[in-house]
Amino acid sequence: MELKQVIEILDGKVLTTSVNLNRQVKGGVGADLMSDVLSSTQPEEALLLTGLCNPQVVRTALMADITAIVLVRGKLPPSETLQLAENEGIPLISTHYGMFEACGRLYQAGLPCLERPVSSE
Amino acid sequence: MSDNLLSASRVITDKVAENISRVEELAYEIRVREVMTSQVITMHPNDTMQTVLETFRQARISGAPVLEEGNLIGLVSIEDLIRCLLNQDLAAPVHQYMTPNPVVVKGDDSVIEALKVFVSKKYGRLPVVDGTGHLIGIITKGDITRGLLRALERDYQSEEVRRYRASHLFEDIESERTSLILRYNIKQGDFEHGGEASAKIKRALLRLGAPPQIARRCGIAVYEAEMNLIIHTTEGGVIRAEIEPHQISIDVYDYGPGIRDVELAMQPGYSTASEKVREMGFGAGMGLVNIKRCVDWMKLESEWGKGTRLRMKIYLPPPHTHSKGEALAVT
Repeated sequence: MELKQVIEILDGKVLTTSVNLNRQVKGGVGADLMSDVLSSTQPEEALLLTGLCNPQVVRTALMADITAIVLVRGKLPPSETLQLAENEGIPLISTHYGMFEACGRLYQAGLPCLERPVSSE
Repeated sequence: MSDNLLSASRVITDKVAENISRVEELAYEIRVREVMTSQVITMHPNDTMQTVLETFRQARISGAPVLEEGNLIGLVSIEDLIRCLLNQDLAAPVHQYMTPNPVVVKGDDSVIEALKVFVSKKYGRLPVVDGTGHLIGIITKGDITRGLLRALERDYQSEEVRRYRASHLFEDIESERTSLILRYNIKQGDFEHGGEASAKIKRALLRLGAPPQIARRCGIAVYEAEMNLIIHTTEGGVIRAEIEPHQISIDVYDYGPGIRDVELAMQPGYSTASEKVREMGFGAGMGLVNIKRCVDWMKLESEWGKGTRLRMKIYLPPPHTHSKGEALAVT
């Protein structure tokens, strides 16, 4: 799914200045726990939906090879987060939908899940 | 190309900005003075339009600023010349046909400012002035396109060169055992920079030509360890990554307070993190578990009151060729 479709489905707003809206995401991950994102995201071009707005979200995305971040519940990030996302070239998108509905809408539109169970192994 | 550039002036109205790319990013980064033409042919207000016609034809230009005693007072363009020709009035002075008080851009403005004017005003060229209003050049859409193309090429080449240099590091330097050591001091409580060291290590690995999956595993493991230093230590600690053609060894150590029960700390879900840290999305008790999953070997040693040392190793895939130095250079 292209980022522009994601934005359309989520009625989203792009917060970073330079975004290639034709970029593909292969699936989604919804989490507020960054450790979960790190441990359960499959190494694909994933979209991260989260309610967390601190710079660690961007750092985590970098480590887990996340393509773009959606901030749910209409949250707006602090400037440090925005700046870091800008520098690292990770698009930030804000949606007024809650986590549940945002994930539901994307899943219904055909975006698969890229979370796998976190095993202790 | 030009459509793509023009869309930058209406940034992020979701529909228009469909092809935003590196080009548009550059339009914000590059200054007008970097792409403008600085050797400008100028006219005097009392020159005749005949002179303008000859100058344009000889210099193959389609517009020129009009200066009076060094001050910019107008712009005369091919359109003005056409109006004059229709009136068969070539003996008239420039000031009768020029556009007075032209829109200008500043040399220090980003190129996007000039693009905005080009889109909204349909001008073909804009005089460029310095901070005090003095003419320092002229800029056209063509100048911008050429400037952006040059910058794009530079961009591409510099990353290529970096990658090339880095990926041949281990081949170019001969020794019995070559290694590259990266060292980072991590401050306790420095959440703002948390993850910077791991991001740098990951980038270094990619530049050295490590497979993306290896770089990712290493990045995640170091990131978790880095956050542990920020969250749990009394005064921070050190991350030391040693990169060799066949393995990456990471040593993370601190001087306190140490872990009371290492075995318990290794259990999934066990955490001593504060509520504040949990609010930041950490402290789920998965950090060490996650590290273990990402590395090929790990050893956690700690003494309460003294400090903690976490050692990790990630083995690199064997080289495709028999040259030992090339394990990292496989891209």
